[in-house]
Amino acid sequence: MYNIKCDVAIIGGGPAGLAAAISAKEEGAQKVLIIERDNALGGILQQCIHPGFGLTRFNEELTGPEYYSRFADKANELGVDVLLNSMVLQIDSDKKEVSCVNSEYGLTKIEAGSIVLAMGCRERTRANIVIPGTRPAGIYTAGSAQRLVNRQNIMVGKKVVILGSGDIGMIMARRMSIEGAEVVMVVELMDYLAGLTRNRVQCLDDFGIPLKLAHTITKIEGNERVTGVYVAPVDENKKPIKEKEEFVECDTVLFSVGLIPENEITNKAGISINRITNGPVVNQYMQTSKSSVFACGNVVHVNDLVDNVSKESEQAGKYAARFAMGKFPKSKKEIPCITGRNVRYVCPHKIAISEEIEKTTLFFRVLAPEDNVKLIARCGEEIIAQKKEFRANPGEMCNLLVDTSKIAGDEITIEVVKED
Amino acid sequence: MLKTDVVVIGAGAVGCAIARELSKYNVNVIVVDKNEDVGGDASKSNSAIIHTGYDAAPGTLESQLVVAANPMYDEITESLDVPFKRIGAILPAITDEQFSQLPAIKEKAFRNHVYDVEFKTGAELLEMEPELNPNVKGGLYIPRESIIDPFILVQALAENANVNGVEFMLGAKVTDIKTSNGKIESVVTTKGEIKTTYVINSAGLYCDEIAEMVGKADYKVVARKGQFYILDKNTSCQVNHIVLPIPTKVTKGKLMCPTIHGNMLVGPTAEDQPSKVDKSTSAEGLDSIATDVKNLVPDVNLRDTITQYSGLRPNRNPEGLNFNMYDDLAGYINLSGVRSTGLTLSVAMGKYVVEQMLYSGAPFTLKENFISKRKGIIKFSEQTPDVQDTLIKENPLYGNVICRCETITEAEIMQAIHRPIGAKSVDAVKRRVRAGMGRCQGGFCGPKVIEILARELGVKASDINKNNPGSYMVTGTTR
Repeated sequence: MYNIKCDVAIIGGGPAGLAAAISAKEEGAQKVLIIERDNALGGILQQCIHPGFGLTRFNEELTGPEYYSRFADKANELGVDVLLNSMVLQIDSDKKEVSCVNSEYGLTKIEAGSIVLAMGCRERTRANIVIPGTRPAGIYTAGSAQRLVNRQNIMVGKKVVILGSGDIGMIMARRMSIEGAEVVMVVELMDYLAGLTRNRVQCLDDFGIPLKLAHTITKIEGNERVTGVYVAPVDENKKPIKEKEEFVECDTVLFSVGLIPENEITNKAGISINRITNGPVVNQYMQTSKSSVFACGNVVHVNDLVDNVSKESEQAGKYAARFAMGKFPKSKKEIPCITGRNVRYVCPHKIAISEEIEKTTLFFRVLAPEDNVKLIARCGEEIIAQKKEFRANPGEMCNLLVDTSKIAGDEITIEVVKED
Repeated sequence: MLKTDVVVIGAGAVGCAIARELSKYNVNVIVVDKNEDVGGDASKSNSAIIHTGYDAAPGTLESQLVVAANPMYDEITESLDVPFKRIGAILPAITDEQFSQLPAIKEKAFRNHVYDVEFKTGAELLEMEPELNPNVKGGLYIPRESIIDPFILVQALAENANVNGVEFMLGAKVTDIKTSNGKIESVVTTKGEIKTTYVINSAGLYCDEIAEMVGKADYKVVARKGQFYILDKNTSCQVNHIVLPIPTKVTKGKLMCPTIHGNMLVGPTAEDQPSKVDKSTSAEGLDSIATDVKNLVPDVNLRDTITQYSGLRPNRNPEGLNFNMYDDLAGYINLSGVRSTGLTLSVAMGKYVVEQMLYSGAPFTLKENFISKRKGIIKFSEQTPDVQDTLIKENPLYGNVICRCETITEAEIMQAIHRPIGAKSVDAVKRRVRAGMGRCQGGFCGPKVIEILARELGVKASDINKNNPGSYMVTGTTR
């Protein structure tokens, strides 16, 4: 068995892991190790060859590979160690130990001062949302299709229907069109767009691809390969209206119906998971219920902008380094972040109150779209942060910067209120 | 023209069990199947239960074979390295009316010579199965009802038969059977004609169409669809036994049980349909599973589903399991009515058919060098850390995890492709080593499995099928 020692062990070399590694190094951790299952760094950004990344962070529009390369280059400069082709099987939060497999070294044990979880997320499938019908070839999640098209240069089909107006779905609608496939339509269960508005404009409208809001696929047909799908509008309870069902011919169905944080390792380690986000419960240091384990990026909650992931992951890396070095802030208590009006969840889920005065960003999503709103963080009646927005969308993450020294009482409530 | 002694039509559980039994003798056997893989129809989409036969119709051939088969599984799963577990079934009575039916069910079990069925009180059942409906009045415990990996059972039987000399002609549809002077002459397939002395029709769903070719179809096969849910291994509400409903006059009803790999299986429906190919699930069917199973296990969480599927059981009209040999057609053996108990009774049927052939004068002599054991593919995820380390040292591909959900390595996938009766399609890989059977349903590993299959079989990615011809996974390369 192969043994490695390090200060901060980071599981996952995508945007979250990379940002965490850089900030851990910058905070003073000596040996920072990224453990990555793929044969290269970058995670899912490797297959995201379209532009649109980095607008917030770098004020310019980068492709996925360009975006992660900036971080990978920086990590390399700073001397971050990387173990590629290595799949983590489990972690032991008490012993601060990570076990992984690697073809070259065999079973590998990594002893660390702290651990950062940055495994990202996976896609919900056709089966998760129970779409009836047959099980022929030609049914893919949008991300798998994206991998095949962009990394393996393989086309998955010629005539495509996409269920779900998430960002990956819309981006794949454009990608498949560019590659010569006919994208018949994008079907969305909700009566509003799931992804970013800019993607609707750039990926659907510009390519003349129809978007069917408040519709769903009711059945998939085809014994060997997909031959078509039935599409029907839904009523206010999201139940398909059978009489209005229509057959749509296609050979491929792509599902872009949501992402689920990938927390197999987290669960096995007995770390508390939040029911709404399906990710570990964290405080503003991105520290989980096991003090030596931190988490960041899509493993905590699914983000729409990688820029936010980088920001949040820097926080995780910084405090994981401080934990490993014995310089972690001592907290007096932890108070929960409560979801108020039109808020689905808030991340971090709680705030640790320590001697240090700091500013922390609260990320949150609304339940339903709303125009002309005010985002508010308050302790009791006391408003501690607020800002106005023209529109809040479930598909676009909201945020508020909060000064932790202003927090009073036993909880902080985040709410979205309608402005007149 | 190919020549052989016996052609077995159908490489399902029954066909493969017969082939394996025949491979103990000095006789040439070819198994033909229209599918590209063994176990491609009813044998792959069922409830994966090895029954005791407690509820069969007493005195029937089906009862005899199921009752005889159950005890055989300890030895055969050990010899052939097939995952198998005797977890036992419980039959809880929720209503008074159901409770009043229990003695009759127990008596039927007795008449089937299943003597180890026991009464349990409601409290006893709740202790055995805490997630059971708390209103349970009492019920029966059937200790030898068991669970198995049905894919591996069929593969193991086929592989072992193959190692012992049986040939498999897959992707070959039988189009005709030639006879002359009251004897079998040959079997015509889409891959050529085979001259043979014996034909065993174990074609399941299609056994009526095969029988028709020799004018022996005095019955019809009616496809009875069963829809199922598979739940995630970490679903909140789990059971430890096969939880069976009290049967009604119409159906045996919908059950919930663990699978041999730790998922939960819920279903099936029972819907007769004219089509033998329509394996679609329906919203109504799936909803009915939810409603019915909640009576037994109220907290079952179907939102934790990772897949739904349906299988077609070949029901016979008129009903009943039949074994037929014909005075006016020497060498032809017809099996019909192999339905939901088919997986269980396959190993007994293998022995029964061969015994009948010997009895009627087949000149088969026992082989001296029959290989009775088979070792399956070593599963990386089930080994201790030390063994895992050694495995990677011996074969570095064990260190390359392809399927994240089930922790399946490239070494296992390579073996699935290169073993006897190797995998040629994505689903065939899945059925051998479970790559793609986990919660992401092949989202991550699917593209890699296509790549590995294409590489190992020396073909283009667009030649790789999900299952049978026509089920191409991808269409070609990008621009």
